[in-house]
Amino acid sequence: MHDNTVLLILACALATYATRTGGHLILSRFGTTHHRLEAALEAVPTAVLAALVAPSLVTNGPAEALSIVIAGIIALRYSLMLSVLAGIICLIVLRGIVA
Amino acid sequence: MNDQTYTEQHPVGGLSARNHPKGTPSPARDPLGDNSPKTVMASDIKAGIKDASPILFAIVPFAAVFGAVAIESGLSFWETILTSLSIYAAASQYVMVDLMGQNVPVWSIVLAVFAVNFRHVLYSASIGRTMGAFSPLQKALAFFLLVDPQFASSEARAAKSGLRPAYYFTYAAMIYSTWIAANCVGALFGSLINSPATYGLDFILPLYFTGLVAGFHKRPNFIPVLAISAGVALIAWFMIGSPWHITLGGIAGLITAATLSKPVKHKMDEEAANA
Repeated sequence: MHDNTVLLILACALATYATRTGGHLILSRFGTTHHRLEAALEAVPTAVLAALVAPSLVTNGPAEALSIVIAGIIALRYSLMLSVLAGIICLIVLRGIVA
Repeated sequence: MNDQTYTEQHPVGGLSARNHPKGTPSPARDPLGDNSPKTVMASDIKAGIKDASPILFAIVPFAAVFGAVAIESGLSFWETILTSLSIYAAASQYVMVDLMGQNVPVWSIVLAVFAVNFRHVLYSASIGRTMGAFSPLQKALAFFLLVDPQFASSEARAAKSGLRPAYYFTYAAMIYSTWIAANCVGALFGSLINSPATYGLDFILPLYFTGLVAGFHKRPNFIPVLAISAGVALIAWFMIGSPWHITLGGIAGLITAATLSKPVKHKMDEEAANA
């Protein structure tokens, strides 16, 4: 263990805060934004969240993969709450069958 | 996620017949008796509670396990809580605790935490554009609280009815307080935690993020962005490892969106040349 554990924790907190303000601070220095930059920013949630979820789709098992697909399809039409709930129920049922 | 009744327009007549652009608050100048900002705030708070509620179930096991792991790795109770209070980013906290046990230099631990959290640069660039209703101080605090579900829900909220501080901070308060409370429980009673897999709790977050992604399906070039991001993320996950798949997959999706983007009005020649 390090001697200055508290200092290390605070340095890590600062590094984290830098990432959370950085994107906005850099961007707000540009007055006008190009349409391509605008399109890229518009796509941030889709792109990052898809990247975040992708491994869960292929590295777990058929029950997990199917529940993700079902949650995604339901969320196209219905509320987020309903889609997560359907995914969970599907997962519990399928895990019961597989196990 | 559907909220119905609230109106952003001010009642016509009297002194308040001016226009308020979406997302711009105007509290001080409104005559007394015009309670529509209050109505908006109440609806924001309600929506914040409603949207955060399902996430709390997912956070509790994560936070409790982190508390237990940190104590096991040799952090004291207060160091564990300080970590969660000040960093507030689960994945990078695991990395920090893991590296502290391996006796690596301090700068490389801080660098690793920075790298794991790099995706937040994209979050803040994107969500910052919707924070017109936030004061500088509110923005500074809001960015501190910008965890993955906070970003995702706030993007959805901004697209639907505009993002205001009441929604953002209600959501944040619920997530943050649950995160810290469950952390304490884990740090104190870590050995008593049972497997969260029994109730599917271990998989709520991927399902939640999937639902949110599907909710963005009306954005331009949704399918190509989704396919490229997920594909590149998988390649990166297998070849380089976590958490780089998030940043690399995300950037690949952004490049896709930028490449496919068309100018809004003029510059048709350039568009034709790129097509």
